[in-house]
Amino acid sequence: MIDFAPLWLTAELALITTVILLALSIPLAYWLAYSKSRFKAPIEAVVSLPLVLPPTVLGFYLLVAFSPQNEFGKFLENIFDLRLVFTFEGLIIASVLYSLPFMVHPLQSGFKNLPVSLKEAAFTLGKSKFKTLTKILLPNIKSSILTGIVLTFAHTVGEFGVVLMIGGSIPGETRVVSIAIYDEVQAMNYDAANVYAGILFSFTFLILIGVYFINNKFSKINPLND
Amino acid sequence: MIKFYAHKILQTADGKLPLDVSFHLEKGQFLSLYGNSGAGKTTLLRILTGLTEAEKSLIEVDGITWDNSEKRIHLPVQQRSIGFVFQDFALFPNLNVRENLEFALQKGKSKKLVDELLDLMELQSLQKSKPQNLSGGQKQRVALARAIIRKPKILLLDEPLSALDDEMRFKLQDYLLKAHQHYQLTTILISHHIPEIFKLSDKVIVLDKGLLVKEGTPAFVFSEEKISSKFKITGEIISIEKSDVIYIVSVLSGNNIVKVIATEDEVFTFQIGQKVLVASKAFNPLIQVIS
Repeated sequence: MIDFAPLWLTAELALITTVILLALSIPLAYWLAYSKSRFKAPIEAVVSLPLVLPPTVLGFYLLVAFSPQNEFGKFLENIFDLRLVFTFEGLIIASVLYSLPFMVHPLQSGFKNLPVSLKEAAFTLGKSKFKTLTKILLPNIKSSILTGIVLTFAHTVGEFGVVLMIGGSIPGETRVVSIAIYDEVQAMNYDAANVYAGILFSFTFLILIGVYFINNKFSKINPLND
Repeated sequence: MIKFYAHKILQTADGKLPLDVSFHLEKGQFLSLYGNSGAGKTTLLRILTGLTEAEKSLIEVDGITWDNSEKRIHLPVQQRSIGFVFQDFALFPNLNVRENLEFALQKGKSKKLVDELLDLMELQSLQKSKPQNLSGGQKQRVALARAIIRKPKILLLDEPLSALDDEMRFKLQDYLLKAHQHYQLTTILISHHIPEIFKLSDKVIVLDKGLLVKEGTPAFVFSEEKISSKFKITGEIISIEKSDVIYIVSVLSGNNIVKVIATEDEVFTFQIGQKVLVASKAFNPLIQVIS
């Protein structure tokens, strides 16, 4: 019998990560799209780092940082009673960092592709930056938002190296699908691995079809949403 | 009453260029800004709007300081009473015509104003359309209505009529004039079209390379007083042909080609592509109605 716990755990992790990243990335992407600050380049580099860094490197540093043997880990444990190694909370933080560029980049290019005059027009009509963002800018980059959400979700579902380093494979806590597949293969349970892999494969494929379908529809309705 | 002074270094294709302009404008006046592209017209409007900050500036509108670089005053765009019609119209694609106007409406103001402007601009039948389904002239009217709806002290238009054909242009000039008078606006328009400037404005400022070179009524600014003539057109020389002892110079004015006879001495100073004034003094041209 197949254990469905890793599937639910993966879905939960991906969902929470996506929600946190969406809230975090809108202000960050807005700043990156419009700022002329000299700190922009280093911050862009930090955001993009997970794209090129081997996941094990990120996982290794997080493991070292969060370990209760080290100052930062000790501080978290003493002050907040929070342990981030080999826990679900730790996985969430690692996933947020690891999937950051997948949310920030689509949003940033969405903002950049909007004509500046839209933002300026709203300002001349007396609207605040916040109102301009929520009523004008975000509704006109719907397809970028959708792309960001889906890429982040799918990327979190697919992560392996970071999870393995910082979470290990504790059933019900950190044993997500990608880890479960690896474990089953190690144990020569090819059937179980096949089921997990099949579910992931079809799910990801369906999601991508859905995204392209909806995005094509968006760009038909509103040419700016391309 | 608007007092404007600004100094800003512009980055142009030919290097740095200082924009240094000062002018006064009375309430209710219609001012046109005229000049080559790159002369600093759009930047001037943006400084007045607050979208661009100048190095040195002193802007006062009805006794309120909008910009004062010495006292480090820079009123945010949102707090300036302006309506701005952008060159690309900048209509919000996620909102329909009516919603575009309602978005612009200040809090607590009656929605009647939306209907009033939809009527004035003859947009009632299009109020549910999205901007991307409108023609250029319709977008223009929506942009104008949206800029006016807050009853701004100053209406600014960044060359909004340039992309339209003549017929549409004439109609929109009428809408603009109607709005200017109906809402007692003080209006500043960027325009390259001299007939348009004559039709609309009380005052013209000619900018060249960042400096104010001429200022006054359209009649004063655009009449080259060297030749006092009864009939004149401006155009561009497109060909110079020799015919026996004389030369025939073809001048393109609008879509018409005018052939003018010239002597060898005169032709010597002409070049193809030159802008010229064709004037006739002794004859009275005939006017025939064609449409």
